Amino acid sequence: MSGTGYQGKKNIPHLTSERLLIKGGRVVNDDQSQYADVYVEDGIIKQVGENLIVPGGVKVIEANGCLVIPGGIDVNTCLHKPYLGTPPVDDFYQGTKAALAGGTTMIIDHVTPQPGESLLEAFEKWQEVADKKSCCDYSLHVDIPHWHEGVKEELEQLVQEKGINSFQVYMAYKGLFQMPDSQLYEAFSFLKELGAVVLVHAENGDLIAQEQSKILGMGITGPEGHPLSRPEELEAEAVFRAITLGNRVNCPVYITKVMSKSAADTVATARKKGSVVFGEPITASLATDGSHYWSKNWAKAAAYVTSPPLSPDPTTPDHLHSLLSCGDLQVVGSGHCAYSTSQKAIGKDNFTLIPEGTNGVEERMGFVWDKAVAMGKMDENQFVAVTSTNAAKIFNLYPRKGRIAVGSDADIVIWDPDKIKTITAKAQQSALEYNIFEGMECHGGPVYVVSQGRIVFEEGKLQVQQGTGRFISRKPFPDVAYLRIKYRNKMMSKQGVSRGMYDGPVYDVPATPKYITPAPSAKTSPTTHQPPPIRNLHQSNFSLSGAQIDDNIPRRSGHRIVAPPGGRSNITSLGC
Amino acid sequence: HAVHELIIQKNVTRSERLLIKGGRIVNDDQSFYADIYMEDGVIKQIGDNLIVPGGVKTIEADGKMVIPGGIDIHTHLQMPFRGTSTVDDFSQGTKAALAGGTTMIVDHVIPEPGSSLVEAFERWREWADEKVCCDYSLHVDITHLNDSVKQEVLSLIKEKGVNSFQVYMAFKDLYQMSNSELYEIFTFLGEHGGIAQVHAENGEIIAEEQARMLEMGITGPEGHVLSRPEELEAEAVFRAVTIASQTNCPLYVTRVMSKSAADIILQARKKGNVVFGEPITASLGTDGTHYWSKNWAKAASFVTSPPLSPDPTTPDYLNTLLASGDLSVVGSAHCTFSVAQKAIGKDDFTQIPEGVNGAEERMSVIWDKAVVTGKMDENMFVAVTSTNAAKILNLYPRKGRIAVGSDSDLVIWDTDATRTITAKTHHSAAEYNVFEGMELRGAPMLVICQGKIVLEDGNLHATAGTGRFIPCSPFPDFTYKRIKARKQLAILKAVPRGMYDGPVSEFSPMSRGGTPSASTRTSPTKAPLRNLHQSGFTLSGPEEAPIRPAGRRIVVPPGGRSNIISLS
Repeated sequence: MSGTGYQGKKNIPHLTSERLLIKGGRVVNDDQSQYADVYVEDGIIKQVGENLIVPGGVKVIEANGCLVIPGGIDVNTCLHKPYLGTPPVDDFYQGTKAALAGGTTMIIDHVTPQPGESLLEAFEKWQEVADKKSCCDYSLHVDIPHWHEGVKEELEQLVQEKGINSFQVYMAYKGLFQMPDSQLYEAFSFLKELGAVVLVHAENGDLIAQEQSKILGMGITGPEGHPLSRPEELEAEAVFRAITLGNRVNCPVYITKVMSKSAADTVATARKKGSVVFGEPITASLATDGSHYWSKNWAKAAAYVTSPPLSPDPTTPDHLHSLLSCGDLQVVGSGHCAYSTSQKAIGKDNFTLIPEGTNGVEERMGFVWDKAVAMGKMDENQFVAVTSTNAAKIFNLYPRKGRIAVGSDADIVIWDPDKIKTITAKAQQSALEYNIFEGMECHGGPVYVVSQGRIVFEEGKLQVQQGTGRFISRKPFPDVAYLRIKYRNKMMSKQGVSRGMYDGPVYDVPATPKYITPAPSAKTSPTTHQPPPIRNLHQSNFSLSGAQIDDNIPRRSGHRIVAPPGGRSNITSLGC
Repeated sequence: HAVHELIIQKNVTRSERLLIKGGRIVNDDQSFYADIYMEDGVIKQIGDNLIVPGGVKTIEADGKMVIPGGIDIHTHLQMPFRGTSTVDDFSQGTKAALAGGTTMIVDHVIPEPGSSLVEAFERWREWADEKVCCDYSLHVDITHLNDSVKQEVLSLIKEKGVNSFQVYMAFKDLYQMSNSELYEIFTFLGEHGGIAQVHAENGEIIAEEQARMLEMGITGPEGHVLSRPEELEAEAVFRAVTIASQTNCPLYVTRVMSKSAADIILQARKKGNVVFGEPITASLGTDGTHYWSKNWAKAASFVTSPPLSPDPTTPDYLNTLLASGDLSVVGSAHCTFSVAQKAIGKDDFTQIPEGVNGAEERMSVIWDKAVVTGKMDENMFVAVTSTNAAKILNLYPRKGRIAVGSDSDLVIWDTDATRTITAKTHHSAAEYNVFEGMELRGAPMLVICQGKIVLEDGNLHATAGTGRFIPCSPFPDFTYKRIKARKQLAILKAVPRGMYDGPVSEFSPMSRGGTPSASTRTSPTKAPLRNLHQSGFTLSGPEEAPIRPAGRRIVVPPGGRSNIISLS
């Protein structure tokens, strides 16, 4: 698919003719910075170094000492996710425009099939829409709304034929997308075999459902009900559980939307213990907080509604930036999912119906610079890592994306650390009539953005064309997630202890087995009224094992056997 | 009934008047030298140069410690299991307890799922009253949930003297509760002054892991610990803490077996959660390496859930947290099956009946591992073996303290005694002992239970049926003072706003709430929440908003941007 897409793009004349030389900049990768010029041809970086020999008539960009960084990769956007039949106001065109204006040259969007819908069909629908509208390269995550046997085949096909290596599962949205632990276990096991990265929406949906009905019952219907019913410990709890599942199955886990300090701390602690887990804070959790849910202005309060919610604790953004800087959190997404105020107003009388999502695709890189680099928390190399390189590594795009090197795609941003911009809905690329960062001043921003070797943003002006973005397919088993997993697989093979047969007395189990549920109760699944097969196996085993030496001794129930008949045999005495 | 018992009891003990001279009284808050005079099973005087009637039996303590009798807050005596029951019945088990310096036990009532809680409670009362040699109380386990269960819980709290209830996060399809059920129970207990005890392990994942182990051909006792790794315990503890904090209910984690589970409790307490952790004798005294023993019977004797951690540094770590107050109480979880009973699972570890011994060794293990090693002082020793349990269950200061008016359950503790644990000499009926061969320092020299000497010079003089049921009343201060204060603070308020009068987007109500296809993951009944609000919308929605094709964007609402939607 990506091949044909690329062929199509070749017809666009200015793409091929574009030869660029970026002069006088400091090339910043995640591992080092160097002063060098960059020469680009046919959408590929051809040379990096000083005094490059380039053909005549090449367009030259003077970087004037600004940073030359790999274009940003935004790994979490929802540009086509419908809510009750209506799509978000930022589609692939509007959304990728906003991304480019902020220095992001690639997005990974979430395909969100409805429960019961085919994953493959949903994927193809998304790809069709994106191919027509996207202005920058893109890839897709596929969400798994519902786990069943039939999904497995589709997942296999998506991984092996369609170039998808990441799938999202939900621990929240009870009765809709939520999976119980046993299904998560199965999903993790299966996805691990495929070499995919498991994305987890981590919130305890059971408790949320309880809290929501409690809070509605108390007469709280406004947006403040949203964070009240989804306190941050429910996020931390689910993160902890997801990591436990990941450890058990030995599968890499990627937590989307890390919104609170306690969830971030849980990720950090797990990494210290060696778990293969990645955490993704989003623009909103890094730049603002949840105190706005209590705004008297309903529309403003509703604009912040997203899940997990922004934490009402105003020290959260600072804490998340600290963890991002030290590497405990790895990737910044935007979680960009733009619903207009009138769409949000679907929930005007009930906060549980407010469509969830905040903007942030355009502001993403700027706020990381402003709040982490400009504050001295993070250096420029780590900035590149969290906005681009780490994402490319985790999702197996590296080094094609996420690095300025010979042979990499020419997705390049000239970044001016001194640029100052005030965020306002009036000046944004997004089609939203609001911006949750309204009025905030942001230091650092792109002066030039080069996407596929073409200048798309220059002196504050965008020159984009819909449909120029290509679908980038991704292979399974990304090294950064799977190298350790592979070693651990070898380590983790377990062996039983070889023992002599136990030959002591065995208590005779009466015919009524233990594991039958006496009365139907809601907590059992409908099919478990028969004992599970493993147990049958052993019940029958017992009746087969034949006569015991003490069969002739009548025993009433509750009778103790202090010393087995024939004295204590060696095997039952407990001296080593 | 209880009054009747009390009279019988008095007849037995009336003649017992005791004076303990020259001992050092150790409570959880202080130690001091004083004499103790007791009469009718109650401590009457404490002090120097007491004036006591003539002819009183006098015990010379010779400067030894006199401590409140131990309270073993977790036992399973005479527990029914597949038509049989644990080998230590209420008589045998309480004898073992008394021999170890424990003068009160709290046993678990485990109703069959689906059966009546009150009936099960009555049955346990009958069994116990007939045989028990020391005072006892009962926890009731909630093994299934419906409205009648809630009514029964209420009557147990109000009429039967039960204030603690255990729920299970493991044992899938048997006792296990879902998160929503836990939420309901915790909410209910929080309102009525009960304590939520929780068996914390993730049963869903255990079921998967068990199937995987059996498939790999691992059928021996090592499969037990391999299928229940400690992070599943930690995960469940974390979840239980979260649910308890949401519902503002005090939480008590039974059987803290691993470092990571203990750490979760520690962190939660640091954050202010009302949570108590109970390590047991086995987790403080031994570890899970024995599951790999070549001797099947030995390996099987260690099978309990959550399992003992194979990490040999675990006991030391748990003792440290106990000493620092991060873990609160030591139980024994004494639940003894004979080797023949354990052998039910000889070909499949999931069938091995679970439980270890520990009622007799409980106090000595802590003395040896924590006090002798300098981790813990004698006052903390009293706190974790007796006082904290009494406080949590609202039995304090009747139990758990040496004070005028308290029950005369006390122990003269010999810090210099050393004994080697072996099944040959222990009082349990089990033919093995998981602490076999361990040398423990510290042991009771003399045990007084209900004002009667029951252990003296190594001889036990316990009488079956002399123990009384001690009712526990709800809302113990120790657990509920903070909860009550928080309840008042936790009242949530809505933000008063003007009506939103901007445009409302059209939507198709069907595509969100209803599950399109039947699936097992949804609860059988539809969520009432969404139905409610769907109907709300059909009433208020379309009249105001102009008709618009679904899926169309409203960039600028009709009539321009109104003030209420701009985000200044």
